[in-house]
Amino acid sequence: MTAPPKEAGPRPVVLESGVEVKASYGSEEVARACAALPPLPRDAGEDAIGRPGEYPFTRGIHPLMYRKQPWTMRQYAGFGTAAETNARFKYLIAQGQTGLNVAFDLPTQCGLDSDDPRAAAEVGRVGMAVDTVLDLEEAFAGIDLQKVTVSLTINAVAPILLAMVASIAKRRGIDPKRLRGTLQNDILKEFIGRGTWIFPVDPSIKLIGDTVEFCAREMPLYSPVSVCGYHIRESGATPVQEMACAFLIARAYTDHALSRGLGIDEFASRLSFNFDIYGNLFEQVAKFRAGRRLWARIMREEYGAKDPRSCWMRMIAGGGGGGLTVEQPELNIVRGAYYALISALSGTQTMALCSYDEAFTIPSERAARISLRTMQILVEEMGLCDTVDPLGGSWYVETLTHQLEAEIRRAMEEIQKEGGIVAGVKDGRIQARVARQAYQRQRDLESGKLRKVGVNCYRGQGDEAEIAFHPFDPAQAQAQAQRLAEVRRRRDSDAARRALERVREAAAGGANTVPPLIEAVEAHATLGEMVGALREVYGGYVEPVRFA
Amino acid sequence: MSEGGRPRSIRVLIAKPGLDGHDVGAKVVAHALREAGMEVIYTGLRRTPEEIARAAVQEAVDVVGLSVLSGAHLPLCEAVSRALAREGVGDALLLVGGVIPERDRPGLASLGFKGVFPFGSRLDEVVTFIREHVR
Repeated sequence: MTAPPKEAGPRPVVLESGVEVKASYGSEEVARACAALPPLPRDAGEDAIGRPGEYPFTRGIHPLMYRKQPWTMRQYAGFGTAAETNARFKYLIAQGQTGLNVAFDLPTQCGLDSDDPRAAAEVGRVGMAVDTVLDLEEAFAGIDLQKVTVSLTINAVAPILLAMVASIAKRRGIDPKRLRGTLQNDILKEFIGRGTWIFPVDPSIKLIGDTVEFCAREMPLYSPVSVCGYHIRESGATPVQEMACAFLIARAYTDHALSRGLGIDEFASRLSFNFDIYGNLFEQVAKFRAGRRLWARIMREEYGAKDPRSCWMRMIAGGGGGGLTVEQPELNIVRGAYYALISALSGTQTMALCSYDEAFTIPSERAARISLRTMQILVEEMGLCDTVDPLGGSWYVETLTHQLEAEIRRAMEEIQKEGGIVAGVKDGRIQARVARQAYQRQRDLESGKLRKVGVNCYRGQGDEAEIAFHPFDPAQAQAQAQRLAEVRRRRDSDAARRALERVREAAAGGANTVPPLIEAVEAHATLGEMVGALREVYGGYVEPVRFA
Repeated sequence: MSEGGRPRSIRVLIAKPGLDGHDVGAKVVAHALREAGMEVIYTGLRRTPEEIARAAVQEAVDVVGLSVLSGAHLPLCEAVSRALAREGVGDALLLVGGVIPERDRPGLASLGFKGVFPFGSRLDEVVTFIREHVR
């Protein structure tokens, strides 16, 4: 008997994560993909999909999800001076935004005061300048921090910003035990992408430990760390590598916190994540469902977490700068709408949707409003809040969820085998790998292998519309420097000096730096001075420069 | 220049001035230029104009390419251009890439930046431009 002639099948479809997509799916694919995973917990149902709000949380961390309350809407904002930033915050809140997401300028992120020569030309350019607590206080003037939660996009100097937040809360009479908010505070990803590091790797992790420990003891509802797969993906990682790196980084912080004597359930519930959203819709949704289950299993099976909240992969999503284009920029509004849809289908807690001008600048008021309205349309018109995990039970999505969990596990093991994420970041191996992939991606975009509408297909005449930058006013930078000089003149310099000395002593003695930083903040020590005190002890980071 | 008949490959310094930490573009371009047969030195992040100029001298480069995504390209290009002139490397071909609006091209050209490659430029454009402008 001769074999029947082979039909020419449809062209193969392979996702970025390396998983091949079949032309159709049924229950047998789901079962096969599930069987390839390590044995699943009995209480999760035989297919491990389980119920929303129950371990391992594949379908969402809450039983009612958006039916109870839509995701928090938290657009990125911050400019020049505190006063300007405060005005934008109030505008966004008036438009229905439910959380704030603060952008800081590069000198602040890199620990430099506004009058530092190295800060020249950068003060107030990509976010607000913070030199002393007075700047942050002015940015939040008239905003009820118990009603509107604030997320601070700050990393190397996060302990200092936490000290400022604690000090502002105290002055306003807010019980620190009830204050909610988030620090980005993920330094390991800064070494991989984004680049606002200051101190070497080990003391940088120790400083994160200071914030985790301080929050666990004094501000238990505050989220000290938002581990960012996002920037690693933007630097060239695949969706699977994004999750693998984020989980390994979260484990590095967890291990450090445990080594300081904290119990897992004292802090794990306050760890959160920040993920990228661009790419194939189904791959993204499956990535988050797989990630939620895997993180829950890591926390319970490996760390022995007892509190179900310790097992929650809480996340912010909606950003996907790498998916946006300068060609036909209005198409970014459409992409943004799909990203919001993906985020909602993925069960995110918070959305910070990328604005159409994000490839160029911090969002204009118009762009920020369109992003906010995009999310509001999903809530009010499209039924995204009606029922939990509406894609759950789809044979395709459930198969992909199983397959991506297996892939993320594999990617984690690969990095572990090479010595782990911390060693990989120290010697630059992780950075080099994502840089090579970013190069390949660019080549694929240019060759048309990777299709991008308006870039390598469906191009039109006059595609390159000029987008307005947020205006930069050198006079404003000067005013900020004068404001700083005024604070220096008015403060009790001896008190500031003594407080800074205590910061240095705490750092040198291995003690938690947050309490003395609060004293320094209250003595109106400047951000640059506090960083200087820490740098005396820790030294500075030397980048392992590699591009391939 | 040829040494023993073999053409010396074009030497390029890719640098990140200022505080901007977005280095994907700089690394991708560095990679592409190396694949195209050039000798590429990448500085890493947050280099001062003086450090960039000194590296240009030490490495005897034909091309200095800056990457700036923060919007501070005009003042940073000006500072690097002045530092290069002070170090006596005024004849290197100067390029800049990043988030750069069209309206800034004339200003950058007047600072000596002949090649301006805004976000969305193709790698081949950079390679061709360098080959055409370095003798």
